[in-house]
Amino acid sequence: MSQEKFAFHLDKNFTIGTIFLIFFILFVSTTMVFAQNGTPPTDNEVNAIAKDLYCPVCENTPLDVCPTVACAQWRDMIREKLTAGWSKEQISQYFVDQYGDRVLAEPPKRGFNWLVYVLPPIFFLGGCILVYKNLRKFKNQKPGVDSGNMDKNDPYMQEVEEALQLMNRKDQGN
Amino acid sequence: MLTNLGFGSLVITFALSLYGIFAAIYGERKNLYRFVESARWAMLLTFPMITLVTLCIIGLLVTQHYEVQYVYNVTSQSMPLYLKITALWGGQSGSLVFWAWLMSAFASAVTLRKWNRDRDFLPWVIVVCLVTLAFFLSMIILFENPFQRFWSTSGGQQIVAMFQPAGSQLIIPADGRGLNPLLRHPGMVIHPPMLYLGFVSFVIPFAFGIAALITGRKDDRWIRLTRRWTLVAWMFLSIGLVLGSRWAYDVLGWGGYWAWDPVENAAFMPWLTGTAFLHSVMIQEKRGLFKRWNMILVILTYSLVIFGTFLTRSGVLSSVHAFAQSAIGPMFFAFIGITFLVSLALLIKRWNDLNSEGQMNSLLSRESLFLVNNLLFMGVLAVVFWGTVFPLISELFTGQKVTVSAPFYERSTGPLFAGLLLLMGIAPLSAWGHSTWKTLGKAMWKPGLLSLLVLIAMVISGIRSFGALLGLWLTSFVIFVTLYEFWRGMIARHRRSGENYFTALIRLAARNRRRYGGYVIHLSIVLMAIGIIGIESFQTQTQAKLIPGESLQLAGYTVTYESLAEFDVQDGRNVARAVLNVSKNGKNLGELYPRRDYFYDSQQPMTIPGVRSTIEDDLYVILVNWEEISTNGATFKVFHNPLVNWLWFGGILLIFGSFIAAWPDPEKGLQLESITKSRQSAVSSSISAD
Repeated sequence: MSQEKFAFHLDKNFTIGTIFLIFFILFVSTTMVFAQNGTPPTDNEVNAIAKDLYCPVCENTPLDVCPTVACAQWRDMIREKLTAGWSKEQISQYFVDQYGDRVLAEPPKRGFNWLVYVLPPIFFLGGCILVYKNLRKFKNQKPGVDSGNMDKNDPYMQEVEEALQLMNRKDQGN
Repeated sequence: MLTNLGFGSLVITFALSLYGIFAAIYGERKNLYRFVESARWAMLLTFPMITLVTLCIIGLLVTQHYEVQYVYNVTSQSMPLYLKITALWGGQSGSLVFWAWLMSAFASAVTLRKWNRDRDFLPWVIVVCLVTLAFFLSMIILFENPFQRFWSTSGGQQIVAMFQPAGSQLIIPADGRGLNPLLRHPGMVIHPPMLYLGFVSFVIPFAFGIAALITGRKDDRWIRLTRRWTLVAWMFLSIGLVLGSRWAYDVLGWGGYWAWDPVENAAFMPWLTGTAFLHSVMIQEKRGLFKRWNMILVILTYSLVIFGTFLTRSGVLSSVHAFAQSAIGPMFFAFIGITFLVSLALLIKRWNDLNSEGQMNSLLSRESLFLVNNLLFMGVLAVVFWGTVFPLISELFTGQKVTVSAPFYERSTGPLFAGLLLLMGIAPLSAWGHSTWKTLGKAMWKPGLLSLLVLIAMVISGIRSFGALLGLWLTSFVIFVTLYEFWRGMIARHRRSGENYFTALIRLAARNRRRYGGYVIHLSIVLMAIGIIGIESFQTQTQAKLIPGESLQLAGYTVTYESLAEFDVQDGRNVARAVLNVSKNGKNLGELYPRRDYFYDSQQPMTIPGVRSTIEDDLYVILVNWEEISTNGATFKVFHNPLVNWLWFGGILLIFGSFIAAWPDPEKGLQLESITKSRQSAVSSSISAD
């Protein structure tokens, strides 16, 4: 009896378990079948993700245009992930987890990386202040004033200028 | 024989350079001019000596001496003769020799000028040129010797050495590895020489600037003497950059021309400071302002030239660790640091002597606008420099490799370039010394109105991208302003002299080559900007796998895959070539032949796009992949690149404009001579009267 009970329990558990298992398999396979039967990702869809990811091996080459065999395999990987229903963000994160931040087009905005975003504007701002200080010094003068400096510091030309001035004074004196 | 002759010449040239440096300094310090003259001859002699070195390398390359490591690395039997010759700059050591050869050519050319009025500059110009040359020669002799050969020791070990180790035998490989396929392109044949010419010719203005600092001369003589050098340097650097872009477009097979790659940035940075310098020197010439700033700019340009060479030659770009392991990297780094610090120290020493002679009079004067122009160039430089070095700094301090690529640069520099375009439109209309909104407005309203009409037409035609509208409006504004300036000058001359319009226009430009050459250069930059805006804003692309007979559509074009053939060619390539038919609106436009070349010697593939170019756009097709037997399908990537050809037209116009601006002005020379003579006679007569 106890054995029958046990058998019943076993059967019952087995049945419930089997039903759950069947449902699970059905659910998973339906999802997979859906994913596999849905329109497979086009090359353009793959490239749309690949263009924002950089080849982990080559320098500064986006994955969508990288001609190496390794990059072709990584594009295939993107295709597989898309087929499996992954989103763009999930795929990007997968590549970051696998190969580090260098696969991203720009350093993520955190910690030390902030320097790349902050320093050029600070430098430019400093330049703006310097230019502003220089421009503030301007004096209002009449149009057409052009002091020029042609050979002002050339001793020979200074000599010439002084001689000419002397001549002018002499002319005026006469 | 050739190896020993070449290496011996290298060592002698290095010794000559050292002698020249010491003779120039000694002669200057002791006031013994014969030593300075001797140094000048030493500098002159470096040119034929390095020419001999270069000829030795070319001789080895052409005669296929594969026992020489450099020859083995960059040539193979299947390469045509012209590529064997240009392989001189196809590898590290050869390119350094080529750099040194050009440097010696420019340095020698400088020594041949008349030094009567500027004798005090001569020793220091020699020192700067020869220090730079000696540094490069030392790098070649100590670390990148192109004459090293393969030897087999008695123990069977293969080594590379200049001279025969005891008991060893020479190894003569049957064939070389061949030049990197990417470098077997006409663009790559001309691109490096242009870039190097630009690099080395910027050394000359720097040498004069340093000479002015050392001698304590406060005038702008050094700027006037080097104006043409600077312009020629700038032109070569510009041509180098444009050719590099064209090469990338034709060979790299990614549909673009500029990737903000560190190697590209390395050449772009001295161009930025050089362009700022070209504008800024005019302020010093006209108004006596910004003497210190011009010194800073020329020092920066020189340092960036060496920095650019360092970036591309030291291995630092692949990793900071590769840099640390490379022999020449740390040496380059030390040289840049030392030359930069010494130059700065000299500048600081002369700081008070370099006061401005005048002051800014007006916010809208041309000098003020040039100052803002310099600020914007420096802003772009800050972005490009920091973006280029940050990955190295990140790796050094955090161990984390990061990528700083196109989106960062485009976002950061876009507004700065827009500002530069705006200034290119306004500055030519402003006056030196003083300008007001009223005078500027009066000069600007006609071109401004026309450009607004263009803007309205663009909006009506359906363009909605803010960046494209702004960019194209600014480019049209600059074009109208520049043409208006030509028009006004031409009309004035026609009315005054009665010349016909064409003659008036030609003579107008000939009378003031610097100004009108500059305007032509502005036009060329604007044409390039149109090409850049076109491809950046309107590029579209698609990729698909096709079987013969299938088509894909892009931007109104229909591309039909017809066939694919794979075959070997005599120069050692395996070629896979597709035939595609292109049509638009039902009209057949012909065939395109994208292909993939596989080079057996270097075992590297190369993607050659099929391109249909018109003034309006490019249809650019790449053969991505193909299946050889089963389905006969092939994958194609197709780009539609609107307006891109304007970029290349602009490049050609830039050369033309640079020639106009740099061409010597005989009339002016005669005028100057007659003025000087009349003034001299005035002085002598006044003295005799006294």
